[in-house]
Amino acid sequence: MSMLDVQKVTKNFGSLVAVQEVSLRVEPGELRAVIGPNGAGKTTFFNMISGFFPPSSGHIVFDGADVTALPAHKRVTIGMARTFQITEIFPDLSVHENVLSAVEVAAGRRLRLWNTKSDAARDEQTVAETLTMVGLSAKANRLVGELAHGDQRATEIAMALALRPRLLLLDEPTAGMGDQETYEITNLIRRLHRENQYTIVLIEHDMRVVFHLADRISVLDQGRLLAEGTPAEIAANEAVQAAYLGKAA
Amino acid sequence: MSSVIAATASVQRSAQRRWLPVAVIWLALVTVPVWFPLLGGYNALAGSVLVFGLAAMGLNLLLGFTGVLSFGHAAYFGLGAYGAGLMLKYVAASTPLAMLAGTLFGGLAGTLFGLVIVRRRGVYFAMCTIAFGQIFYYIAYKWNDFTGGFDGLRGFHREPIGIGALTLDITDEQPFLFLSEGFRFYYFTLAMFTIAVVLMGLLVRSPFGRTLRAIRENERRARFLGIPVERHIWLSFSVSCFFTALAGTLYALLNNFADPLALHYTQSGYFVIMAVLGGMRSFWGPLLGAAVFWVLKDFLSSALPEEWMAFLGVIFVLAVLFFPRGMLGMLKRRSAE
Repeated sequence: MSMLDVQKVTKNFGSLVAVQEVSLRVEPGELRAVIGPNGAGKTTFFNMISGFFPPSSGHIVFDGADVTALPAHKRVTIGMARTFQITEIFPDLSVHENVLSAVEVAAGRRLRLWNTKSDAARDEQTVAETLTMVGLSAKANRLVGELAHGDQRATEIAMALALRPRLLLLDEPTAGMGDQETYEITNLIRRLHRENQYTIVLIEHDMRVVFHLADRISVLDQGRLLAEGTPAEIAANEAVQAAYLGKAA
Repeated sequence: MSSVIAATASVQRSAQRRWLPVAVIWLALVTVPVWFPLLGGYNALAGSVLVFGLAAMGLNLLLGFTGVLSFGHAAYFGLGAYGAGLMLKYVAASTPLAMLAGTLFGGLAGTLFGLVIVRRRGVYFAMCTIAFGQIFYYIAYKWNDFTGGFDGLRGFHREPIGIGALTLDITDEQPFLFLSEGFRFYYFTLAMFTIAVVLMGLLVRSPFGRTLRAIRENERRARFLGIPVERHIWLSFSVSCFFTALAGTLYALLNNFADPLALHYTQSGYFVIMAVLGGMRSFWGPLLGAAVFWVLKDFLSSALPEEWMAFLGVIFVLAVLFFPRGMLGMLKRRSAE
């Protein structure tokens, strides 16, 4: 069974059709990239998958369950976590507190007025493991608002990981980053995919990142699915070259 | 390993840094009846600081810790005061019952009203809270027979509290040894304040408290962590109203009086000023704000009965310009550097 099965979703904003009958199947353990020129509908498509708003028509099935009408905070509890194109963090809290918030919510303790010692110890362990995974252990007590952009993005990814997702949705993880930061985040995503076996769907602008990372690529253009295949197939696809790569070259 | 040791050491150091100011605050509060009169103060003034500090700290759960501005918290403060006063005057001459009635009255009103407005944000939320507060102001103002109208509710007074065979006399105004007059009710107020503040402290440090700060910092991110944001804001609003209503009951008992101005939006503004002045991101900030506000008001209004607000306004503007994080926020930053 597919991890994520998006069936012919369409999204209208008034008379504007942002996404038109796009389908997508992601298998467990796969890293899928969604690419396309500006205005292709990538972010709209992504917002429907993560539950930011529902599609106008079509269905979204996650791990066998229809989640089309499920609001965002409930999708999180069944194992979908996302990050944002513009880094969304808690700037005035430390890295540790950012991740701890996510850990406590994921453990179903968001309404608790106290923590037992064993709960607190387990949370600390999870926070420490997650921070090690993204390489932020040394910066645990820094305020996230004071960190470099790449570290903020890593914090955001750590928060998503702390929710123990089965599907990780990354919206342009390297947006606005320099070469060094892009390299580090790309390595992090590759590690999460190869070593930790996360199933990942990511939107990306940077072609080097996409062709480095993805198992399969879906190309959107003007709201429609233009092509789908392995990086090699996509690179050889003439329609894609005309619509996208051709223009870039 | 060495980084673990260093981390533990820094945790211990920061624990020490947190512990010391708190100890100073409690020591100062417990010894008020001894030292405050020496500086020209009196116990009822210190009691007012506690009462308004508690109300402002209650408001600050919402304002500073959830990031939601209410300009109508006087409504719940006033409902607490009238609830306690009406109970004492018309139903039963019992201080604990009066406090229970007032707290429930104000707290439940806030809980119900919060349900209606949690989807509003920013200015719209603040406007709704003002409007709702003014409804109660006009009821108290117009309903002469029942509430005493503009003159306020009189004809009740706090009663001694019986605990088994013991009687706790909080009405007596006599000094005792080195304790100045009015110390009994001051200590009663301090005891109630302590219970409330311990509960608030637990709440702020709890996982629930962390979700509130998450909402304050970034609502969208909080939602995508799986937090139902509206429900948590509502709970925060409700809890905040209960604390403010409790402060309102103490206000009525302190003065043996409840007045419609305690319900007026200017009073709501005072609470916001106290929280911002003292530092709304810090737990104790609003208490410090209340202390500065009330002591200045007491000092200035005897000399300048009409103009004191202008002076306070100037001080507030200067504070916001030079200490945007409030007085405590500023002190914390200094000590961190």
